[in-house]
Amino acid sequence: MEGNRILLDEKAMERSINRITHEILEKNHGAGNLSLIGIRTRGVFLAKRVQDKVRAIENRELSLGILDITMYRDDIATLKTPQVKKTDITFNLNDINIVLVDDVLHTGRTTRAAIDAIMDLGRPNTIQLAVLVDRGSRQLPIQPDYTGIFHTAGPKEEIFVKLRETDDRDEVVLTTSL
Amino acid sequence: MTILVKNGRLIDPKNDRDEQTDILIEGSTIKKIAAGISAGSADEVIDATGLIVAPGLIDVHAHLREPGYEWKETIRTGTAAAARGGFTSVVCMANTDPINDNKSVTEYIMKKARAEGAVRVFPCGSVTKGLKGEDLSEMGEMRDAGIIAISDDGKSVRNARLFTKAMEYSKLFGLAVICHCEDETLSQGFVHEGSASLLSGLDSVPAIAEEIVVQRDIKIAKYVDAPVHITHISTAGTVAIIRADKGAYGKLTCDTCPHYFTLSDEATLGYDTSTKVNPPLRSRSDMAAIKEGLRDGTIDIIATDHAPHDVNSKDVEFNLASFGISGLETAFSLSLALVREGVLNLKELLRKFTENPARLLNLPYGEIAPGKPADLIIFTDQTEWTVDRNTFLSKGQNTPFHGFKMKGKNLLTIVDGNIVYRDADFKS
Amino acid sequence: MNWEHKDLLGVRELSREEILFLLESADSFKDISRRDIKKVPALRGKTVITLFYEASTRTRVSFEIAAKRLSADTVNISTGTSSVTKGETLKDTGRNLQSMRPDFIIIRHSMPGAPHMLSRILDSSIINAGDGAHEHPTQALLDLFTIKEKKGTLDGLKIAIVGDIAHSRVARSNIFALKKFDTEITCCAPPTMLPPNLGELGVNIEYSLDKAVIDKDVIMMLRIQKERGGTAYIPSVKEYSNLYCLREEHVSRAKHDVIIMHPGPINRGVEISDQVADGSYSVIIDQVENGVAVRMAVLFLLAGGES
Repeated sequence: MEGNRILLDEKAMERSINRITHEILEKNHGAGNLSLIGIRTRGVFLAKRVQDKVRAIENRELSLGILDITMYRDDIATLKTPQVKKTDITFNLNDINIVLVDDVLHTGRTTRAAIDAIMDLGRPNTIQLAVLVDRGSRQLPIQPDYTGIFHTAGPKEEIFVKLRETDDRDEVVLTTSL
Repeated sequence: MTILVKNGRLIDPKNDRDEQTDILIEGSTIKKIAAGISAGSADEVIDATGLIVAPGLIDVHAHLREPGYEWKETIRTGTAAAARGGFTSVVCMANTDPINDNKSVTEYIMKKARAEGAVRVFPCGSVTKGLKGEDLSEMGEMRDAGIIAISDDGKSVRNARLFTKAMEYSKLFGLAVICHCEDETLSQGFVHEGSASLLSGLDSVPAIAEEIVVQRDIKIAKYVDAPVHITHISTAGTVAIIRADKGAYGKLTCDTCPHYFTLSDEATLGYDTSTKVNPPLRSRSDMAAIKEGLRDGTIDIIATDHAPHDVNSKDVEFNLASFGISGLETAFSLSLALVREGVLNLKELLRKFTENPARLLNLPYGEIAPGKPADLIIFTDQTEWTVDRNTFLSKGQNTPFHGFKMKGKNLLTIVDGNIVYRDADFKS
Repeated sequence: MNWEHKDLLGVRELSREEILFLLESADSFKDISRRDIKKVPALRGKTVITLFYEASTRTRVSFEIAAKRLSADTVNISTGTSSVTKGETLKDTGRNLQSMRPDFIIIRHSMPGAPHMLSRILDSSIINAGDGAHEHPTQALLDLFTIKEKKGTLDGLKIAIVGDIAHSRVARSNIFALKKFDTEITCCAPPTMLPPNLGELGVNIEYSLDKAVIDKDVIMMLRIQKERGGTAYIPSVKEYSNLYCLREEHVSRAKHDVIIMHPGPINRGVEISDQVADGSYSVIIDQVENGVAVRMAVLFLLAGGES
């Protein structure tokens, strides 16, 4: 049966991001020496929300970087029109702790590309991964440190993350096709 | 051998005929033209119902490449292509190897043509020895050996004084002088200087490279009072010059080729070397002027300038490719488009291929009349077909018309009373 | 926007959108060249062959660096050391290379249409690094990138192109590319160096350099094409330089924030004076840096597949 099911509505998404933020602060014993890097496109907006919440909770300003991983993908040959957008990381990546933020974790290849990109820019102390949705079906040994929700999507299922900054609302939708 | 051609539409411009009739051929001549000739003892009856019968076409300008360039074409293959294209007589140019500037080469060509030619071959001797533009060739001896015209085609005779002497001298023999008009210092290029060359960046040739030599050659002809024929004209300027001078000077004639009224320089934009030809494909307005010149009689003749080349000469960078189009097998069909476009009616079109060339060369062909040689073709102006260079009888597959859809084609060619070409589509 | 081209043979066949898309990508690739690790794995395992029938150091090196920074493997073939001197035709060279399955062939040739010929024979992506007087697409793209970087836009600009326009592939490519934007282009040269129907491309024609530079945002100087018979069109290099060498007095007639460009290599004192070449308005060095970024973007975009 074709249909949509809402996995997270606006309020639920807010709670998830809240929890993720608290977990980050708990695990890292506060906001000191932490930086956020959001993976384009939606990861950036999620990272920004975490940044806002940290400012509200701990009155600390975390550095925020924007990472485009198109140049590091392993599947360029399948993209008809590979589009590169700007990477904008103004802070030094050496010896710091980075939290990578993305909207959906699936095969793990995007995360691997992001890690490669970061390694070419510097030598961070640690990299942690925060995702809003983990949809399983990993192809690489990559695990998130912080997860919003976990839903193993089946073969006919697609998960869409909508954010008010890019779409019309905050929502995580599961779509089943026939 | 007796052949009866039944019920075709006979169009003979010279004798002003356009009627449904039968033609009886006996041996090598036309015996009788009348309606309702009985088959009687005819060896072969050809049913030409729905088809058109015309005198065999005469090509005043072709390159048969023999002797010297047999890998590009031979008299055998070139004349087979001619027969397919509807040409029963072909004039072959002198830029062979060795150059046809003396009677031995002429005799060689005549001998080969008699033995292997599918159609009549008339050699054109060179004006100057070796085509070098320095000394006159032995026209008298070549004339005795069989040439019917002289030309340094491939080049112009640069030296005006020498060319004047050549034209004067040729009057002794009544040989047609066929002029290739090109100023080499201006023609150091590969395409027409115009909109296309602006975009393609190819070195180009302005129209005046042709026009200034056309003017010169006509003036020299007038000065010595000799007939002059300008070949493969391509520009609007040349048409205008000839139109103006024809009024004052009656011994001026000219020809153009099908590619000059079918393709413009836009065809060169993709660097397809099959569009590389000399003179080059010109602009659309030049094309229009050529058609107008055909319509109002300024241009007397349509010739092919058949220039076959091997693949290696053409499958290279545009600058390096040889010039030329292998045209015998497409010329007539391309020309039939002029009738559909309303530029010429069928009779006038055929005149440009039959009566006018015969008059220029003083040949007893180009008409169908009792007692005259049986050179004729049967063609359709209706059948649609697609040009496929791989089926050419010529060795030269260098044509820009590969894949073109044509309407009308030659189906049967008779030379001297013998059927030398029968198209697969023709069921008699 | 969908990129439909397998090759980059010219800019004339690109749309305005495609050009802007390329320039945007180039911006990111420029960053790569400025950081410590000047490499990304995007073209890892791809083979790039540069096939240069005309001598060139800067363009070839620029392409090679671009390819290597994308982690591709590069092979350079220049005539003189290759089988071309043994008389091998372009067609055969192409066929032989094809059997080694290169992903890219970057060709520079003295005759127009050579890259097109390779494109017909080979499955590889063909990049035209200059074919006779026809086009030099990556040069035009890096020129546009430089203009956009300095001016913020490609629209509403007045541009002068000075030099042997008739024989210059850089001029052609730039005119084709810039006319896709809202630009006013003035071509300046002696009459012998201007194709007679140049106006058909929508450009102005001016014989006098003094007049051509007035109020311009960009002045682009071209080299005298000595290797393409360029000197046959002027009595002498000295006379050309008297009339067409860009000096400081010319620059002062242009807009106050004019940029001076040149594809290189410069003939100092012939097309451009030392003061102007090294002066503050000159962006010639930026052009070279941008060349690598633009060529990386081109390689990256052409590497995309047929999905």
